[in-house]
Order: sequence, then structure tokens, then C-alpha cells
Amino acid sequence: MEQKIAVQIDDLTVAYNYKPVLWDIDLSIPEGVLMAIVGPNGAGKSTLIKSILDLIQPIAGSVKIYGKPYKKQRSLVAYVPQKGSVDWDFPTTALDVVMMGTYGSLGWIKRPGQKEKKASLEALEKVGMLAFKNRQISQLSGGQQQRIFLARALVQNASIYFMDEPFQGVDATTEIAIINILKELRKSGKTVIVVHHDLQTVPEYFDWVTFLNVKKIATGVVKDIFNDDNLTKTYGINYKVSVQQ
Amino acid sequence: MSLQEYIELIFTDYTLRTVTIGTAVLGTICGMLGSFAVLRKQSLLGDAISHAALPGIALAFLLFGELNIFNEFLADMLGKIIGSEQSYAILTFLISNKSFTILIGALCSGIIGTIWIRGITNKTHLKSDTALGLILSLFFGFGMLLLTYIQKQPNANQAGLDGYLFGQAATLLERDVWLMAVILLISFLMLLIFWKELKLLLFDTDYTRTLGFNSKFLDILISTFIVIAIVIGLQTVGVVLMSAMLLAPAAAARQWTNSLSVMVILASGFGALSGVIGTAISASQNNLSTGPVIVLVAAVFVFISFIFSPGRGLLFREIRFRKNRTDLELHKTLSFMYHIASDHENISHPHAIKILNNFRGFTKKSLKQLEHKDYITINGNMWAMTQSGYETASNLYNQLKVDHE
Amino acid sequence: MNSAQIEIQLIASLVAIACAIPGTFLVLRKMALITDAISHSILLGIVIGFFLTNDLSSPLLIPIAALSGILTVILVEFIQKTNLVKEDTAIGLVFPTMFSIGVILIDKKADDVHLDLDAVLVGKIEYAPLNSFIWDGINLGPKALWVIGIIALITIILLFAFFKELKISTFDAGLAAALGLSPVAVHYGLMTVASITTVGAFDAVGAILVIAFMIAPAAIAYLLTNDLIKMLIFSCTFGIVSAISGYWLAHIINASIAGCMTTILGILFLIVYLFAPNKGYFSVLYRQKQQRIEVSLLTLLLHLRNHKDDETERHVKHLNEHINWQQVRAKSVLDLARNNNMIYIQNDIISLTEKGEHFTSEAIDYIISNKNSEIEHMKDRFFLFRG
Repeated sequence: MEQKIAVQIDDLTVAYNYKPVLWDIDLSIPEGVLMAIVGPNGAGKSTLIKSILDLIQPIAGSVKIYGKPYKKQRSLVAYVPQKGSVDWDFPTTALDVVMMGTYGSLGWIKRPGQKEKKASLEALEKVGMLAFKNRQISQLSGGQQQRIFLARALVQNASIYFMDEPFQGVDATTEIAIINILKELRKSGKTVIVVHHDLQTVPEYFDWVTFLNVKKIATGVVKDIFNDDNLTKTYGINYKVSVQQ
Repeated sequence: MSLQEYIELIFTDYTLRTVTIGTAVLGTICGMLGSFAVLRKQSLLGDAISHAALPGIALAFLLFGELNIFNEFLADMLGKIIGSEQSYAILTFLISNKSFTILIGALCSGIIGTIWIRGITNKTHLKSDTALGLILSLFFGFGMLLLTYIQKQPNANQAGLDGYLFGQAATLLERDVWLMAVILLISFLMLLIFWKELKLLLFDTDYTRTLGFNSKFLDILISTFIVIAIVIGLQTVGVVLMSAMLLAPAAAARQWTNSLSVMVILASGFGALSGVIGTAISASQNNLSTGPVIVLVAAVFVFISFIFSPGRGLLFREIRFRKNRTDLELHKTLSFMYHIASDHENISHPHAIKILNNFRGFTKKSLKQLEHKDYITINGNMWAMTQSGYETASNLYNQLKVDHE
Repeated sequence: MNSAQIEIQLIASLVAIACAIPGTFLVLRKMALITDAISHSILLGIVIGFFLTNDLSSPLLIPIAALSGILTVILVEFIQKTNLVKEDTAIGLVFPTMFSIGVILIDKKADDVHLDLDAVLVGKIEYAPLNSFIWDGINLGPKALWVIGIIALITIILLFAFFKELKISTFDAGLAAALGLSPVAVHYGLMTVASITTVGAFDAVGAILVIAFMIAPAAIAYLLTNDLIKMLIFSCTFGIVSAISGYWLAHIINASIAGCMTTILGILFLIVYLFAPNKGYFSVLYRQKQQRIEVSLLTLLLHLRNHKDDETERHVKHLNEHINWQQVRAKSVLDLARNNNMIYIQNDIISLTEKGEHFTSEAIDYIISNKNSEIEHMKDRFFLFRG
């Protein structure tokens, strides 16, 4: 089956603070996959996403989103940063944060109106947070905060979703809720790329996986490549995971 | 002097009116832009910048205080580009409008200080606290050198320069107030136009960039306005206290609301009130500098907000904490009773209060509260569980079990 | 040089030492700004102390003022713990409030007394020799000299006595606690010393310039060394040098002594900031540029190795298209690799030499195991990147 390529990365090298983080990464992510990026701490998983999103200037290499540079394809991309990257004591409500997802399509100066509000409420409902729409964000639990972030990305109505550790510090119910939404996104033809930590759940949640440790170890369908050999290559030690099929 | 007399005085007395309006406008600007400084975790940047402005003030005075070789040379050089008539017109304007010239000087050296702070934190391993402290004290020291140098110059007209250390609200002129009002209007419009973008930047900078907004532009925009707010406040509250003027209204406002727009409006209000009340207090007393009084009024706002704000205030936090603790103790006592009562067929079988003694959470007060809630009945030194008490306790017990699983 | 001049320089040098020692630890503990808070709030302590003793030269003023410094620290920490505002906001709220109360008290009560606010900010070291310490009818020299001398001496004694505790709790508070060294006690001890020093130095150099003497020498020293002992020695030296040369600068241009000392500190800092080996501005710029080239070279080598079998990927033109380098950089990197015998070019196809291959595979091993230091050794072994 010939699939369209959603994200094409060529020879990407990133040195963060001039220390090598990513080395000569070639990666094609086909459209419509739900992909996990796994690797040990400091393997450059977040860096990979950030350099795709043009947040970090690479030393070499290029990234194409549907064949064009990111700058021209912003409207196709949504991003869920790590939960810890923002100040949750910020004076704003859940609904307000979700509305931020509409700012990109609004552009400079224009204000969100009824249409944007309606879309944001729908997104809140999708993540099961409608009841909390007027809650100040610091009064939400970790899982709820993560759902708000997901809703903000959903509002962007993008084709490709990048998520940086969306399961970090969330409760079990939220984890299931999030993964169900991600699976739904994939069903509707969207591409979802997730930085993931829990190796046990990879086969259950994802259909594609990329092993990363500074350089790309392997990428492909979970069934084919999620094995002890690749895990050992990625994590360095003799890594055994009982792969449930 | 009664309040009514004072209000009448504001309308009749030129100086008092100017100072009152001036401090109110200044307080509004500071509260508005200070909210952003506080939320950006740049509270002490204001302190550093206000100190760093001092050499700019002194240099502006030294170079453009009166006609001298230096500024005539500058005017000649500039004259070759834009024509000497215009160039000398600018020079005359600068010399005759001292407070404006000094403002520009303060602005320049404040911005240089800001840039150097960033340079130090970006390029060396010195941390931001060290960088702020360095710029603050080194610029200030250099400023003091210049000031004392000016003071020792023969026949230098140095009136008003001292005021910049502690502020001299009384020296405010009507045109200073107009300048402040114009800056207030511009900052207000700036916030109105870029409200959405600035909120986004404050909350989540990376996300702002992925959406295609130029975060560098927004950053420079808001920083520049904060520096401007500091610089125009120097004449009124002085170098030392300026940072408090910027922080206090915002810190107070933050306690009362969870919405950025309400916070900015409240902070502006607190700032304006501090200005008006502070001016009134210092005007009604002999020998009281305006700047410190304004700062103290703002500090009172902060104090009240810290203690009494319903959502975050310490008082209500303590009350909630106590209530939770009593509830917890009651529940513990109740579930202990539940275990005793459930051993009997008749749950309302009376038991001696004594048998509760080996349970620590129980007090006479908690028994009374349980009785008040109709969970138990007390008869002499015996207690018995009621039906509703039994049900509540068994619900609690089941909940606990679920929580643990 | 007359004796007054010598006395002023001596006092200034002692101030420099007494400030540099606690300052070094404050800078290392990222608490430099607490000096800002302390130096302002002690005004309130001095005013209250003056009301209690009715004597501006009473020795009791020092402990009372130092107490207000410690009170500031406690207040700041209390506000920080409530989480109502961010950490730095707490500092920014406390000290201006205390300073304001101090100024208002002076306005209301002490106006007839000589408590000059300008002197509060910049001190009056000029007049220090005039205020002598007379005991039993004998003139024992300037009082300020005695005060700051004793403070400096105590600071040095405490430094020697608790050096180990200070060092461990500064670099690893957790370890210090585990060893039973009580980082909390060290913290408040340091704050007390900082407060007392500030009060003692306050008279000589004023509130804001105390900050300069605490932070600037330590910051200069920190740009030159990472060794704690060397840092302490350097910061004392820089403090003394700027104190003495500042005095002479003031003498020549007839300006505030304290202002001149700070200006000299500022100039010293600027020079070190720009030119310090390893950590200075230019040195960092140069190293970043150098590292960029080195990383680029490694990128190229790795790319070649990854595409051993694919000639199109190794075509010279490809570097411009895929690797996305501008022509200039691609060329300079290629030249560097060729000069070091890492690659050879045949019909515009780049290939690794044996040496290049060996080097690349070793580099990958080290990069993946995250041992950057090993790469430094490798570079020495294989070639000099400076090509």
C-alpha cells in the first residue's frame, strides 16, 4: 500500500548548547499512523519534536511537512508540550487555555469570537472536561491539566499532532481517555506522534514506533520491530520486555 | 483637615492637583505593566533597571544640562546630516526640557542594563540573580560617581537631580503628567492590540512560537514598555522604591482573581489608589516624602490581599485547613464507633464513653459535634449510634476501601 | 599620603574582605539578591536602633540593624513558602516596604538628627577618619576601622572554622543534611554574617555599594576559576584592588569615593566578562563557533557512514540540498575533513577513508554512551580539529 508521507526528516543533526543531541536522523513518518518515539533519558526525543516544530535550530538537515517546510505548514500541525513547561499558577481558566489553540488560525490581533468559543467547548467535552471549563488551571489535577493541553491541540484541528510525554504524571483513567482520543484521531486519518516512556504499553497503544538514542535505531510497524533486539540497541543494556501481542 | 476640605483643595491647589493626578496615572501604568513583570518572573528586573537608570540620568544632565562643547559638537555633526537649523532646534529643545531629556537618558541606560543582564546570563555561567545584582550595584555606583562629580562642578544648576534617588513628587509639573498620560494611553492601546498574543507568550512561549507568532518581537515589546514605566516613575518615587511600585499592585491583584484581564484591571486600580491615598497622606502631614508613603500604601494592599483574599488568602486557607482536619477527626471517631456498634445486633446499643479513651482522635468537643449532627445520641456517660450515623460511617468505610484499591 | 588617606584605604580594604567572603557563598548559592534586600532593610533597623539608644554611634546599633536584616530574610522566606507570589516577587515586596518605613520614620521623627539619606545609599567613608574611637582618653584611631576590622576578623575566623560545612552545604545541601551538617544552620549563619557585614560596611560605603562589594568581586572570581579556595582569594584581591584604586580615582577626579570604587569594580567586571579565558564573552563565542564546525564535521562523517552504499546521498551537491548547509559552510567542513585525511572525493562522490571510518565508529559509541569527554580525548588522538 502506497502511503503519503506526513513528515520527512533528512539528515537532521541537532547540538543543544553545542552538545550533540541528535545525529544524522533520517525518518519518514507515513500519514495516518499513531507513532511512539521511545528511548532512554537524554536520547533527544523532545529535541526531535522541537526541531521538527522549528523551536530549535538544527546544525544540519531538513524537515518537511507534507513536502514543504514547517513555516508554510503551521496550520497542519498541533503541538502538546510537556506539562511541566508552563506555569500552572497562571491566572487563567481551562476554557481560556483551550481557546489559545485557536489563536494560530486567527493570526495577529484578531480576537476569538463565538465560533472559536464553540469549538473550544466541543474540544473540552471531547476530553471530558466541560464541567471544569471555568476552573482556574492550578486547581486541576495533573491528569486534568494534560487533558486541557490535549483539548487545546484538538481545537487547532490539525492533520499532524505532536505530543511530548502526554502520559507523564496522569492517572490511569486519563491515560485511557487520552489514548482513546488519539486512536480516534488516527481513525479519522490524522497522524499522531507521541514521545512515550512506558515501554510496556507500546504494543497496546501504538501501531508505529521509532527507537531513538541520539541516532535513529529503528522505525516501523510495532509488530515488526518492537523486539528485544531493538530495545537492547536503544537502551544499551540487555533489555527484555515481555511483548504482549 | 477634613476629607471634604482636602477634595476641595485638590481642585484649587495646582501642585496638589498635579501630584495627585500624576501619582494616580503613574500607579495605573505601573499596575498594568507590573502584572506582566510579575507573571514573567521578572520582578527584580525592575529593581535592577531603576538603579541602572541613574548613570543615564546623570549623563543626560551632564551632557545636555546646558550648552557645552560636547553637545555643540554633536549638534554640528548632526547638522551635517539634517541641516544645522533643525539640529540646533533639537539641542535647544533638549536643554530646555530637562525632565524629558533626563527621561531619555534614563531609558537608554535602563535598556543597556537590561541587555547586559541578558548577555551575562546567556553567555556566562553566572546566574540571573548575580547578573541583576551586578548591574544594579555597578550602574548605581557609576551613577553616584557622576552625580557627585556634577555636584562639585562650579555653578552647575543641579536642582532636581537629588530627587531621583528617593523621588520628589512635589516637583511634578503639568507637562510631566501629560507625558505620563500619553504613555498610559499608548501602553493601554498596546495591551489592547496585542492582548491575545501577550497572554499566550506569558503562559507558554514555545507554543506561541509553534503557532507562528514572533515571540522575540512580543518579548521586546513588553520589556520595553516595562522599562518605560520604570523610567517615568523614577522622578516620583525614586530609584530605590520604584520596583515596589511595579510589583506591589500586581502582587495584590493576583490574589483576588484567576483571570489575567481582571488582574491587570485590579492592579491598575490598586496602583492608582496607592498613588492618590499616598499623596493625600503625605500632603496632610508635615515632612513626609510622597514616594515612601505611596509604596507603603501599596504594601498595605498587598498585606490585606495576602491575608483576606477569599480564594488564596492565608486566613481562609487556614480556616479550610482547620475544617478539613476537624472533619477528618470526626470521621475517624465515627468509624471507630462504627466498628464497635457493628459487633452488636442492635446498632443503637449504648456503650460507655470510657471505651473510646484508647482512641486518640476523640475529644468531648468532637462527641458533641457528632451528637449535633445526629450521628450519635449521648446519655450520661453512655453513647449510642443512630441509624443515620451508622449509614454515614458505613459509607465512609466503603469509600476508604475503594480509595485504597 | 597622610594618615587619614591611609586609614580610608585600610577601612575600604577591610570592607572589601568582609564583603567578599560571604559574597562568594551567596553568589554560589544563587542568593545574590538577598544582599539587595538586606542592605536596604537595615535602614529600618538603624532608625529603630537610633530611637532606642538616641546615639547614632552607639555600638548597639549594629546588632539591632543586623537583626532587621535577618528579619528580612525570614519574611522573604515566609512569603515564598505561602506560594502566593513567585520567589523573586517576595524579595521585591519586602525590602522596599521596610525601607519606606525607615524613610518615613526619619521624616517624622529624626529630621533634626543628622541621618542623611544620601549617606545611607553611598556612605561617608570620606569622614571616617574624623570619628575616632577614644577610650580612656587615648585616641585609638577611627571607629569605623575598629568596627569593620572586628567584623572582618570574625568573618575570617568563621570561614576557617566552618569551611567544610559551608563548602558541602553550598554544593550539595542534600549530602550536607545526610552527613548531619545541618544546611539550615549554615544558611542562617551565612545570612547573619551577611547582615552584620552589611551593617558594618554600610557606614563606609552605603547600602547599594555594599551590594557591589558583595557580588562583583565574587562574580569576577567565578568567571576566572571554579575552585572555591581560589575564588575566595581572587574575590578578596579584586575587592581590595578596586577599593584602593577607587580611592585614588576619587582623589583625582574629586568625586564620591564609594562611587569610584564601584566604578572600578564595574570596569574590572567588564574586562573579565569580555576577556576571561574559557568563560569570558569572546572565549565563549569562539568556542561555540569552533564547536559548531566540529559538530558539523562529525555530522558529515556520520552521514557518509550511514550511506555507505548510496552514492547519491554522498554526492557533493547533496550536502547543499539535504543537509541544508549553505555553500560556504559545506565547503569549509569538507576542506577540514579532507585536510585531516578523513575523506576522499572521487567524481564528486565523497567517501570515508579508513581513518575516517574508524574515527566515526568510535565517535558514535561515545556519543551514544553520552560521554562527551571521551570525544575530546579522541580529537587529540586523531587530529587537531583546527585544520
